[in-house]
Amino acid sequence: MHVFADPTNFDAYVSGFLWILKLTGASAVFALVLGVLLAAFRVSPVPVLRGFGAAWVNIFRNTPLTLIVFFCFFGLYSTLGLRLSDDLDRNNYWLGVIGLSVYTAAFVCEAVRSGVNTVPAGQAEAARAIGLTFFQTLRIVILPQAGRAVVAPLGSVLIALCKNATIVGTIGLIEASSVMKDLLNSNGDAVIPIFAVFAGTFAAILIPTGYFFGWLANRLAVKR
Amino acid sequence: MSTSNVLYDHPGPRARVRNAVLSVLFGLGLVALLWWVYTKFDQAGQWEGRLWEPFTRVTTWTEFILPALWQTLLAAGTGMVLSLAFGIVFAVGRLSDHWWIRVPAGVVVEFFRAVPLLLMIFFIFYGVPFLIQGPVTAFTAVVAGLTLYNGSVLAEAFRAGIRSIPRGQSEAAYAVGMRKSQVMRLILVPQAARAMLPVIVSQLVVLLKDTALGYIVAFPELLARGVNDLSANYGNVVAAAIVVALIYILLNSLLTALANWLDGRTRRRAFRIPRQTAPDSTPAGGSTVAEPQG
Repeated sequence: MHVFADPTNFDAYVSGFLWILKLTGASAVFALVLGVLLAAFRVSPVPVLRGFGAAWVNIFRNTPLTLIVFFCFFGLYSTLGLRLSDDLDRNNYWLGVIGLSVYTAAFVCEAVRSGVNTVPAGQAEAARAIGLTFFQTLRIVILPQAGRAVVAPLGSVLIALCKNATIVGTIGLIEASSVMKDLLNSNGDAVIPIFAVFAGTFAAILIPTGYFFGWLANRLAVKR
Repeated sequence: MSTSNVLYDHPGPRARVRNAVLSVLFGLGLVALLWWVYTKFDQAGQWEGRLWEPFTRVTTWTEFILPALWQTLLAAGTGMVLSLAFGIVFAVGRLSDHWWIRVPAGVVVEFFRAVPLLLMIFFIFYGVPFLIQGPVTAFTAVVAGLTLYNGSVLAEAFRAGIRSIPRGQSEAAYAVGMRKSQVMRLILVPQAARAMLPVIVSQLVVLLKDTALGYIVAFPELLARGVNDLSANYGNVVAAAIVVALIYILLNSLLTALANWLDGRTRRRAFRIPRQTAPDSTPAGGSTVAEPQG
């Protein structure tokens, strides 16, 4: 453990994980909003909206996140000149958030849509029978039930998002995986403790999160 | 998507007008957005012929894209075979009657599911050489990482599949005198694989995409060679990224199409295991959905 007794290394470790948490938090909010909107598009009666939602999902779900993040940096920033902050780290952070959000939104959309599928058709029929419009049906009857059904899948998406945040290290943000790489390179005698600490921290954050979402999903499940 | 049609009525005249108006409005917005993107690209000079011209040359394809595609497919193929094997072994392990098999298998699966793939690849590529006093190739690091992570996710998928099979199946197998290993191998695993086919294939799509992480340890796959090295030579990073993204999308769509075809085939032939969710939805969640890492 002598590696982490050095305050420089310890600070790097803490700031690496803080970046991961910040990336996860911001991207989760954007991806959730965008994903629910896309899911509403995909089940809407307007063909153009449906097409847009389907195109988004097919494009971003089938492209590697590494490529998307790479494009955010080398395409949006270097080539097209998109600047989000004067501070280099901040700028890379926001570029990473863009990449993570557009990618994760596709998975949120599919999760929510599969949740809509679990709502029995009779619910929607009843809603229409009492004269609710499409948006009322969606907002009052379908989405609340679908939302409860997708707690567990959304939990998986969130966990994956947190792990995916390490990929932003590719564009120069010194997050946890980059810190670990540097420590491995300079401390060849302690590679196992270093990996154990980093992997263990992720496991300590994510395994309880997984169980929490499982518990929440059971609690919120619509009993039919 | 049959269910979504229930959400709204068959459109009457007013609804049809409203839908048409919305379509046109949103369509215009979309066109405006695309136009904006186009002009932004134009301002940055991204439509110049010299940036796209390399893709019409044979050498671009024979030197950069096709060899890189081969490396990607090689890593993905190896990873798929190994992770399927890993998944089956650990799924069966987690269902073992002996706690000293069940508990370690569970720990391994939970651990590798929780650790980011990139961390694993870094450890194997930068850390393990210190331990074994010898180099680890980028290919080994990528494939080993892919196997451990996706194998663990697949193990959970197989386990859920095995548990979804009606008890009567294994009871009948025991009744005709099969041993436990035979029941697992001949009765449960084949049916679980069938029931979980959609989840398994979407995880294989994840695996294929994850090979792009190899770029980070300089494994010459599609992202490293086709985007990074190619654009270093021609200065066309946007064009290269778009072309390579199209290749990935095409590959993954093919894989998904194959899965749907297989699913349709097995659905016709075999009896269907009843799922807890609504009748014609894919396993709509549970905790076994493929995890979108990478």
